[in-house]
Amino acid sequence: MTLLKMSHLNKIYGGTKAVDDFNMEIEKGEFICFIGTSGSGKTTTMRMINRMLHQTSGTIEINGEDIAKMDPVKLRRKIGYVIQNVGLMPHMTIRENIVLVPKLLKWPEEKRNEKAKEMIKMAELPEDYLDRYPAELSGGQQQRIGVVRALAADQDIILMDEPFGALDPITRESLQDLVKDLQERLGKTFIFVTHDMDEALTLATRIVIMSHGKQVQVDTPDNILRHPANEFVESLIGQDRLIQARPSITTVGQVATKAVSARESQTLKEALGEMHNKRVDTLLVTDDDGVLRGFVGIEQINQYYGTGKEIGDIMDKNIFYVKEDSVIRDTVERILKRGFKNVPVIDHDHHLVGIVTRATLVDMVYDALWGESDKPEKADQPDKAEAGDQA
Amino acid sequence: MIAFFQEFGGQLLLKTWQHIYISAIALFLGVIVAIPLGVLLTRYKRIAGFTIGLASVLQTVPAMALLAMMIPLFGIGALPAIVALFIYSLLPILRNTYLGMENVDPTLRDAAKGMGMSNLQSIMRVELRMAAPVIMAGVRLSATYVIAWTALASYIGAGGLGDFIFNGLNLYRPDLILGGSIPVIILALIVDFLLGRLELLLTPRTKQEGN
Repeated sequence: MTLLKMSHLNKIYGGTKAVDDFNMEIEKGEFICFIGTSGSGKTTTMRMINRMLHQTSGTIEINGEDIAKMDPVKLRRKIGYVIQNVGLMPHMTIRENIVLVPKLLKWPEEKRNEKAKEMIKMAELPEDYLDRYPAELSGGQQQRIGVVRALAADQDIILMDEPFGALDPITRESLQDLVKDLQERLGKTFIFVTHDMDEALTLATRIVIMSHGKQVQVDTPDNILRHPANEFVESLIGQDRLIQARPSITTVGQVATKAVSARESQTLKEALGEMHNKRVDTLLVTDDDGVLRGFVGIEQINQYYGTGKEIGDIMDKNIFYVKEDSVIRDTVERILKRGFKNVPVIDHDHHLVGIVTRATLVDMVYDALWGESDKPEKADQPDKAEAGDQA
Repeated sequence: MIAFFQEFGGQLLLKTWQHIYISAIALFLGVIVAIPLGVLLTRYKRIAGFTIGLASVLQTVPAMALLAMMIPLFGIGALPAIVALFIYSLLPILRNTYLGMENVDPTLRDAAKGMGMSNLQSIMRVELRMAAPVIMAGVRLSATYVIAWTALASYIGAGGLGDFIFNGLNLYRPDLILGGSIPVIILALIVDFLLGRLELLLTPRTKQEGN
């Protein structure tokens, strides 16, 4: 069931539209990341959910109930809130900070103490920290408290506004792990504003890319990497990540190189000539329409040479192939597992379109590690590499 | 000195009590008006500049003139003096309350609101606590002013240690002038010390004991 539904949200400051017709439905347990440059309206949109800001028009419903009709103070107590600057109360102990909302909700003290202990454990900090003051904790530890404080009253929705932006990379990663773990373990729904694409790709189940108040693309991290909606999204993802992500999203067809092939009706003499020319020991065999039928190796040709047979008679029909739109990651696994030196690539009608060799894989790894810029000239390289590999 | 105490001892006690009484009431009124007003101004910033400006203007009226202006309104005696001193006490407390509240880290206000504190809860549990040292500095300043200026209140028949000073001036009796001034100074120092202790008490702890 839809937990949170935002329909036609607009927010106008003066003459400018900070948020422009925002629509989204969020299911329970989702981890939604809002990402965009500053001024894209991501924080504004998030802050409308707990009524820290009021939309100019449009509605937000939680479990089907319009939040505009709720008491804002009560609404906020049901929604966790984590901000970049942590915002722990410096004059309260960690214990008092953690159970701040339960105290507002007038939980009895015993229950509050229990909750504080449960939460500090969840934050992976020692229990005696409960009596310390925030100033006595490191920045990362403070934000751990900030995160569990947002969960202490069993809030279902947690809003996070660039919560880890001020932390060093290592601390940030450990907090990302904490949050991801909490989301998976407790089934909470997170709405997480960030401008860090790595963070969004790591955490999110769905990413909302925003620019100038508009939703540019709303999709899973995988789909956004695979099909960036436009140049803005591509630039936001960054060239580096697109390349790094390639092994997982590139299709076989994109990396396949030209295969050396022969037709079934050709003679063994012709086949041998072709092998000699291209310096390979195996030929892929197709029919006259280019449909892959099998392969023939130098051993078979040697065995049957001079018997007047055609390639089609002696070829090995038991051939392993992949479709051109399958993902390279899976193909790599097959090549490595089965020990193939190469795998032919076919289209939907079984036409031979190319071949993936171990040399192709080397290229892929090379690109991922050293980037596209300093790769050797490709123009004549593939043929040679492939030929050498097949030989 | 012993002769002075023998002659004026009883009177000195009475005048000191009057002095304390007038300044304490004036300061108390100042605190209970200026602190809430200062908090209110942070919520209605549009009128903040005007209100603080008004308090500043009142502060610039010479003390003697202000006391004299009270006579047509409240006659003579302790009441007009208390009203005049109350007006004087307002500005430092008002301004410090406003500044103290304004300087509370906006993050804390945002966090308090975002977690579901009502406006009043945010003020009482977070903002006033954080602003307490600055507000107390204003109160201490006002207290010193009020105690010093209460000496002038004798001019409109309010009594207090000012009586000694004015009598001394009229009669060319330096012992009376000193006999009035020194207790005023001592009183101001004691009150400032006590308020300093109170300020320490109200300053929120942010560290564990012993750390």
